Amino acid sequence: MPKIKLSQRTNEIIREICASFDNSEGELINVLHETQHKLGYLPAEVQELIANELNMSVAKVYGVVTFYSFFNMIPQGEFPISVCMGTACYVRGAEQILHEIKRQLNIEVGQSTPDGKFSLNCLRCVGACGLAPVVMVGEKVYGRVAPQQVRKIIAEYQESTVKQEKHEM
Amino acid sequence: MADYKMHLLVCGGTGCKASESEQVRDNLLAEVEKHDLSDEVQVVTTGCFGFCEKGPIVKVVPDNTFYVQVRPEDASTIVMEHLIKGRKVTHLLYKDPESEEPISDSKHMDFYKKQVRIALRNCGFINPEAIDEYIARDGYAALAKCLGEMTPQEVIDEIKRSGQRGRGGGGFPTGLKWEITSKSVADQKYVVCNADEGDPGAFMDRSILEGDPHSVIEAMAICGYCTASTKGLVYIRAEYPLAIQRLKTAIKQAREYGLLGENIFGTSFSFDISLRYGAGAFVCGEETALIHSMEGLRGEPTFKPPFPSEAGYLGKPTTVNNVETLASIPVIINKGADFFNSIGTEKSKGTKVFALAGKINNVGLIEVPMGTTLREVIFDIGGGIKGGKKFKAVQTGGPSGGCLTNSFLDTPIDYDNLIAAGSMMGSGGMIVMDEDDCMVSIAKFYLEFTLDESCGKCTPCRIGNKRLYEILDKITKGLGNEEDLTRLRSLCKVIKDTSLCGLGQTSPNPILSTLDNFYDEYLAHVRDHRCPAGQCKSLVKYTIDKDKCTGCTLCFRNCPVGAITGEKRSVHYIDNAICIKCGVCYEKCKFDAISVS
Repeated sequence: MPKIKLSQRTNEIIREICASFDNSEGELINVLHETQHKLGYLPAEVQELIANELNMSVAKVYGVVTFYSFFNMIPQGEFPISVCMGTACYVRGAEQILHEIKRQLNIEVGQSTPDGKFSLNCLRCVGACGLAPVVMVGEKVYGRVAPQQVRKIIAEYQESTVKQEKHEM
Repeated sequence: MADYKMHLLVCGGTGCKASESEQVRDNLLAEVEKHDLSDEVQVVTTGCFGFCEKGPIVKVVPDNTFYVQVRPEDASTIVMEHLIKGRKVTHLLYKDPESEEPISDSKHMDFYKKQVRIALRNCGFINPEAIDEYIARDGYAALAKCLGEMTPQEVIDEIKRSGQRGRGGGGFPTGLKWEITSKSVADQKYVVCNADEGDPGAFMDRSILEGDPHSVIEAMAICGYCTASTKGLVYIRAEYPLAIQRLKTAIKQAREYGLLGENIFGTSFSFDISLRYGAGAFVCGEETALIHSMEGLRGEPTFKPPFPSEAGYLGKPTTVNNVETLASIPVIINKGADFFNSIGTEKSKGTKVFALAGKINNVGLIEVPMGTTLREVIFDIGGGIKGGKKFKAVQTGGPSGGCLTNSFLDTPIDYDNLIAAGSMMGSGGMIVMDEDDCMVSIAKFYLEFTLDESCGKCTPCRIGNKRLYEILDKITKGLGNEEDLTRLRSLCKVIKDTSLCGLGQTSPNPILSTLDNFYDEYLAHVRDHRCPAGQCKSLVKYTIDKDKCTGCTLCFRNCPVGAITGEKRSVHYIDNAICIKCGVCYEKCKFDAISVS
């Protein structure tokens, strides 16, 4: 892994988070949740610092980060798009929706558009099966989506920008 | 509930929230205020009513009027007509699908008629963020009864006598689990609530936590009393922000009321609860994996024994119970084991919550007595198949379960019958499929899920499932042969026999059950390279019948990729090189001119 090259401020943020959990190894998952919440994602440098703080091996931290699907090692787009691939959505055509989004944005699942505007992910069941198939853009849920609507949904965000609340690294 | 004359209950479940139920509530509040009714009418956000298909739902109490698909702009009509003039808003009432007659009281709707609500008793009735409303409906009375009148062993005996089995999937007797922990000797023991609901298509745990969090807290405290544990932990998915928030509020309120903390009800019993977050790993539904995850490790299962009841979290005896299991406990204590075990079948007592989804008219959350038949659930409560199509199969038990066909429709649902039929209860997801669903693709879908979620510890599961997936993929692309079907079966058996945890042992079930029940469909794929349901894209081709095409341009306008060409009022053509086989043209055509082959 490369040498730590995080900004002073980021360093402090991570140290504070670790300290708030008593730098305890058993709290690793909570530390990762909190860090991702503040920074948006968990690149290698961040994992290295956390390992240092909690006095454990980087391999262990990396093992946990990669084990759980909730943790990301690459930054999310400004508008993260998630397609529900739960069974209810699947039988109501989620695959076609996913295909259409990939086609429109020209990216694969797990990637972001070059301008950093959109990222695409699949998720398993948001529990809104009554509205299947479901697509989420950020926190907003779109229900009963048809492939023809995809263009319109993306266009809603194409022009607008939200303030980046995430801390820059 | 306070001195209000009327209550407007607005569903705040995830499904309804996604359909702007918050805006509905805000508008109702504003209208109530505008007409100076704030002292008489209370607007309450409740948990899930269950009837997600028709959300957002607004219920008027005390006359029990049940409004469906309420839009934010309907708020003024409801307040003006119903509240002020006393007339029901007919166009917002649920209409009986057969007679088309509006039904005002939910009790008379087919969806609710056959339901018996124990775990969901408060969902949709109370404000989940108000502890007083829970207490008004006998909340914490069971805890008081246990602490004041019963010894821990008496409580355990009552639970044992009720015959309740774990609702998370395994079906292990709850009372027995508690007894084992209570008999383990240790300086510290734990109560864990498993709220890591991972089955795609199952959302009962989330609805209970969002709609009635106190029932889970009360049950955890009762379990703590029985097992001499002072610490409770809820392991909950980070993907459920609303449930987390409601649970946090509920825990805080319970502490303020002295229902959690030191010396509860003035006894020597102390108990408190904290939260642990999951991070998206299906395997963490397995108790040992869940415990490792709570310890900050990778959620990999380990060998049992020792069972968590003997050595669990941090090596201490730990009782792990599912949300739905816990939510029923206060009722068992309050109404007695005999009430609970009078419901259900010989070996499966009480009720079960199912999440109905897929190609069914009434998608939603239901609770029925064990022993209800699939037919009653799908056709009476669920309202049958969407769009008048033919029922093909119902998938129960999530990625560990199987697909059941027509011939199982009259089987009473309980743990043992479902296993005998080649599926399982699981957490209670029920996905209904119609004639358009390809069963090979469904099996492939579940395998893809397992591949994603296998923790990788055991070779048969890590590599075997990958091979299974590849074979299925080959079949859906028309490249399979009959030998593949034999290979599938033998590999499934090896994976079942040699995996350590429930995930690996059950991962081949979707394949085995579809092979058993839909062998012809597999044969069609490998022999004739044909997908009878027309879903396997590599095997289908859309063509326009030139005798039937009127040149209405509807298909042309709806095609997302511009694969259709043709002038107005003349025959259209599909360019199969561009076509992505999405099927939109097929659905849109009003003249039946598009065929799938």
